[in-house]
Amino acid sequence: MSMFWSIWVIVITLIVLLGSVWLLFATRKITVVDAKSADADNEDNNGVNNSDNDQSSADKSKSEPQLLTTGHNYDGIEEYDNPLPRWWFNLFLITAIFGFVYLILYPGFGSYPGLLKWTSVNEWQQDIDKAELQTAEIFSQYREKPLEEVAQIPEAMKTAQRLFNNNCSVCHGSDGRGSYGFPNLADNDWLYGGRPAAIESSIRHGRQGVMPGWGQVVGEGGVGHLTDYLFSLSEREHNAESAASGKQAFTTYCAACHGADAKGNVALGAPNLTDSIWLYGGSPLLVMQSIRDGRNGNMPAQQGLIKDDKIHLLAAYVYRLSKLQQ
Amino acid sequence: MKHDIIEKNIGLMIALILLAISFGGLAQIVPLFFAKQTTQAIEGLMPLTAVQLEGRDVYIREGCHVCHTQMVRPLRAETERYGHYSVAGEHVYEHPFLWGSKRTGPDLARVGERYSDAWHLAHLFNPRHVVPESNMPAFPWLFEQTVDGSKTPKKMRALRSVGVPYTDEDIANAEASVDGTTEADALVAYMQQLGTLLKHTR
Repeated sequence: MSMFWSIWVIVITLIVLLGSVWLLFATRKITVVDAKSADADNEDNNGVNNSDNDQSSADKSKSEPQLLTTGHNYDGIEEYDNPLPRWWFNLFLITAIFGFVYLILYPGFGSYPGLLKWTSVNEWQQDIDKAELQTAEIFSQYREKPLEEVAQIPEAMKTAQRLFNNNCSVCHGSDGRGSYGFPNLADNDWLYGGRPAAIESSIRHGRQGVMPGWGQVVGEGGVGHLTDYLFSLSEREHNAESAASGKQAFTTYCAACHGADAKGNVALGAPNLTDSIWLYGGSPLLVMQSIRDGRNGNMPAQQGLIKDDKIHLLAAYVYRLSKLQQ
Repeated sequence: MKHDIIEKNIGLMIALILLAISFGGLAQIVPLFFAKQTTQAIEGLMPLTAVQLEGRDVYIREGCHVCHTQMVRPLRAETERYGHYSVAGEHVYEHPFLWGSKRTGPDLARVGERYSDAWHLAHLFNPRHVVPESNMPAFPWLFEQTVDGSKTPKKMRALRSVGVPYTDEDIANAEASVDGTTEADALVAYMQQLGTLLKHTR
């Protein structure tokens, strides 16, 4: 904040603060001292209609001399000139003093940082540091241990489950079983490999599926043949003649990634097509859609978003999920 | 006391009331128009592309900001969940701001690149397909309607007049680049860039 705006803020703040206090004191005292002259004014202004009121206010001023009116009279309704009740007045005064002390201690007067030098970012940093101190000890126990070992530690897995629910379950489900387009992590089928290092790498660096669409290349008939061939591999109902020509197309177009035996390739993330696991659905229509339009599943990289220690725990948790199946 | 004078001159009273209530704004709001923190873009901030801009308008039309904020406060609980706290310089190209004030759903200030496009599409089509306990409404019509690009150049020119640095080229290509995009794709394009410039490792 430049000097000009700093002074601008300070001056306006002081005007408001001091002005409020001045107003508070200026209006504290009863200003209508002479009740009779005020009443006399009323009589002059409003004539006969007020005679009853005059009588009553005169009575009142005898028994309660502090109840003087300002002289305003609206259709017989008069206005007292009482000061603020003491508790209310004090409350305002305390508020003003509090405000002033606050502005001395905390930032508020322009660019003056306040005696406490408080900033929201500093406070946030302190909270982070405090939490780091507590968690660093916990995480450091697991940092150097291999995933297989970490996966055996119940406390670590408790922490990891929380982390999984917060960060992974949105796509993979709270039980890790995935859903349409999002891989099941609780089985032993892996697109990119199920070894500990592969799992940790998948989480850290993410994965990008690169199955192109083949509809334009093989034509709609070819898509059908390929589907029949795939179904023959997983021993499902299929047209043998169609599957035979599908096999030819498979060797030409698909084997490069999925392998000649269609058992997939974890280096490329090409799935095994001979089992009954279909990430994008195993119905004939959905398999045909996968072949026709391709699939580009994307696991976002978590490095830089989640700390390495937490990724380590998450990898152990995912590793354990798959081992529980055996 | 001369309050008689004020009470009996309504024009004077209006002027003095305006003066009294303007002090707060003069001290709190006016200096922000001239502060670097609030008027200078953070490093790397780009104006939204034509498709993202249209996606933002879908975001506004569907009232996403009614349930989702875009404001991560500098509190540990929030930065642990969403990432780096929001800074003013991230929002200098936004007219109007979509900070929101009510969190029925999670904050979206850092949602960019956090989930895949496919996830966003599945989630918009029906949130319960991916998050069974979600109470967010489904938005299936976004997949049937395409964005009308004929107004995009106009919108970009309007934004340029309030300081968003669109080039003539951006504006000339806007309609063509938007054409045929479904509203869902535009909305996802908008969301995938949200808050990706500042990183905080949780």
